[in-house]
Amino acid sequence: MSTKTESAAADRRVGDDLLVATDLQKHFPIRRGLLQRQVGAVQAVDGLTFSVRRGETLSLVGESGCGKTTTGRLLTRLIEPTGGKITLDGRDITHLSMGSMRPLRRDIQMIFQDPYSSLNPRHTVGTIVGAPFRLQNVKTEHGVKRAVQDLLELVGLNPEHYNRYPHEFSGGQRQRIGIARTLALRPKLIVADEPVSALDVSIQAQVVNLLEDLQNEFDLTYVMIAHDLSVVRHVSDRVAVMYLGKIMEVADRTALYERPMHPYTVALLSAVPIPDTARRENRERIRLQGDVPSPINPPSGCRFHTRCWKAQEVCKTKEPLLVDLAPGHQAACHFPENKDKVTTSPVG
Amino acid sequence: MTAPPEVTGSAADADPEAALQGMPKKAIQGRSLGQIAWLRLKRDKVAMAGAVVIVLLVLVAIAALLADRVFDVVHPNEFHQDLIDTENGTLAPKGALGGMSGAHPLGIEPVNGRDILARIFAGSWISLLIASLATLVSVAIGTTMGIIAGYFGGWVDTLISRAMDVFLAFPLLVFAMALVGVLPDNVFGLSPEMVRIGLLIFIIGFFNWPYIGRIVRGQTLSLREREFVDAARSLGARGPYILFRELLPNLFAPILVYATLLIPTNILFESALSFLGVGINAPTATWGGMLSDASRFYTMPHFMLWPGLAIFVTVLAFNLFGDGLRDALDPRAR
Ligand SMILES: Nc1ncnc2c1ncn2[C@@H]1O[C@H](COP(=O)(O)OP(=O)(O)OP(=O)(O)O)[C@@H](O)[C@H]1O
Ligand code: SF4
Ligand SMILES: [Mg+2]
Repeated sequence: MSTKTESAAADRRVGDDLLVATDLQKHFPIRRGLLQRQVGAVQAVDGLTFSVRRGETLSLVGESGCGKTTTGRLLTRLIEPTGGKITLDGRDITHLSMGSMRPLRRDIQMIFQDPYSSLNPRHTVGTIVGAPFRLQNVKTEHGVKRAVQDLLELVGLNPEHYNRYPHEFSGGQRQRIGIARTLALRPKLIVADEPVSALDVSIQAQVVNLLEDLQNEFDLTYVMIAHDLSVVRHVSDRVAVMYLGKIMEVADRTALYERPMHPYTVALLSAVPIPDTARRENRERIRLQGDVPSPINPPSGCRFHTRCWKAQEVCKTKEPLLVDLAPGHQAACHFPENKDKVTTSPVG
Repeated sequence: MTAPPEVTGSAADADPEAALQGMPKKAIQGRSLGQIAWLRLKRDKVAMAGAVVIVLLVLVAIAALLADRVFDVVHPNEFHQDLIDTENGTLAPKGALGGMSGAHPLGIEPVNGRDILARIFAGSWISLLIASLATLVSVAIGTTMGIIAGYFGGWVDTLISRAMDVFLAFPLLVFAMALVGVLPDNVFGLSPEMVRIGLLIFIIGFFNWPYIGRIVRGQTLSLREREFVDAARSLGARGPYILFRELLPNLFAPILVYATLLIPTNILFESALSFLGVGINAPTATWGGMLSDASRFYTMPHFMLWPGLAIFVTVLAFNLFGDGLRDALDPRAR
């Protein structure tokens, strides 16, 4: 896995905000009984505010069930937000009808979590990768078949495998097919939902490298979803840490990995293997107590207080807001870590 | 990574990675799940035996249908009173083994001496026709309803699911008997026989759709959650595209299997109706009707053997083939 250098990020002209989510919410109603009355709601995503800058990779990291996929599906407008606002390229897409959304789908695409479920087993690779052209009525210069074969070559597959079916490919190859489909319409933004978590460790790096190469080649912007901080360490420009449907901390990659402020981030980082032995020595491994609470009935105040070792009375009653604690570094905690270090050492 | 589907034994096929890397540069034709299923089915001896019997039955049925009209071989309704033993009053066929002879290989019926083989043949087309057309009706209604319930969910699903429960709880046999009783013999200028056949197809097909409906609904529910549906929607696909292009191709296999397994059920049902006298009217030969006739010669119950055997073999053949088909199309090998 190649380390993304600061200059590489700069080369891609990280710029203005391509996508902005404001107080984004998704509550899945829970219905019971014959009349399907609503008896509660899964608060899968509960007030996310973040922006994605043109050309950057923003990683969304959090434990299983914290609402990452739901966020991805909201951004790509596969599901209707319960509240909040999404703007893409300055345009409000929050409640666009499926019809009005259709042309915009060229700009925002999604790579799915499970390469075994994301490809229709009854379709050939040609049909799968060619679907974007047909569905969006895109004219291709030398026909759909040529376009598909070019895409297959681009993601490192044999273009002759056009007529093959998904079950004839390995997991890594399937994910490449999915990536080819995503690239067909030359999107500006790609939401990659744990693109490698279902793959063998040995193949993960190849696919991550492919995504990086494609980003450089096509000036892509990524929202990269992951469930632990180690996978996205080298590819992220910025990282947002999620817990139970909320963002706990957002910061530039270096700031987040070196000076995490939110106790949850600190705990997640303590589980990430670090190569530097000296630092490993004086680092405590923090084990989180208990399970993630249910998003149907999330804890009051700070959602993390049931598992936080720094929790005080105030944490149970008063919800900490996501505020700037340093330039470009936001965290939602009453008692943030590493706050003093920020004032003494320069940021960056 | 994935367990490669079990296909022909060559090493290249066993490992997709190896197969893809060392491939010659010629155009590579993929093997669809359907083709793989066919390869598997071909190796399933029992299922193939079932298939052979079904093909033979269909040929016989077609021949019988045509022979009844075109040629005048031994007619299924022709009486052979001369072969009946009228002297001691039993009205049994003359000779041993129920009157078996070169001219009447399976013997003749008591009392009127109709040729049993001719009647078995003649009954085959009615059984198969009614059973398969009724299955078609069930598949059409069941697939539509199941896919709608599964795809749209919510109150639509609740409504259709309750309707299925109602249909399955319906006393079908009683209803069929009542309906047949009140229906006039001449509708739309069709022959009474045609009216009866149409009615039976309607009754059997219309009341059996929930079996298919439930399967399709369940499959649609699980397919709908698969990410390829989201992928299509994120490309701007509309409802009909998702239903017909993404979901339906994945439903063919289960529909085919359950349709194959519904046919024998329908054959039994048609026989039961004919046996009870509310199926096809006499003198048209049906297997159920023959059983019913034989049961009346209570001194000679062995005449139930041939129609009973015909029903048994047919039902068994369809069930064996259907089971083999299900194994071959096993969705776990996706
Ligand atoms: N369609 C839905 N209906 C009801 N609840 C849902 C639905 N989709 C997701 N949820 C719930 O919302 C919460 C967040 O789910 P989500 O799939 O977004 O999590 P995730 O962070 O992607 O987890 P993972 O790492 O396991 O993929 C979970 O509790 C999940 O059960
Ligand atoms: S607000 Fe309190 S409970 Fe929440 S993370 Fe900070 S210290 Fe822990
Ligand atoms: Mg997920």
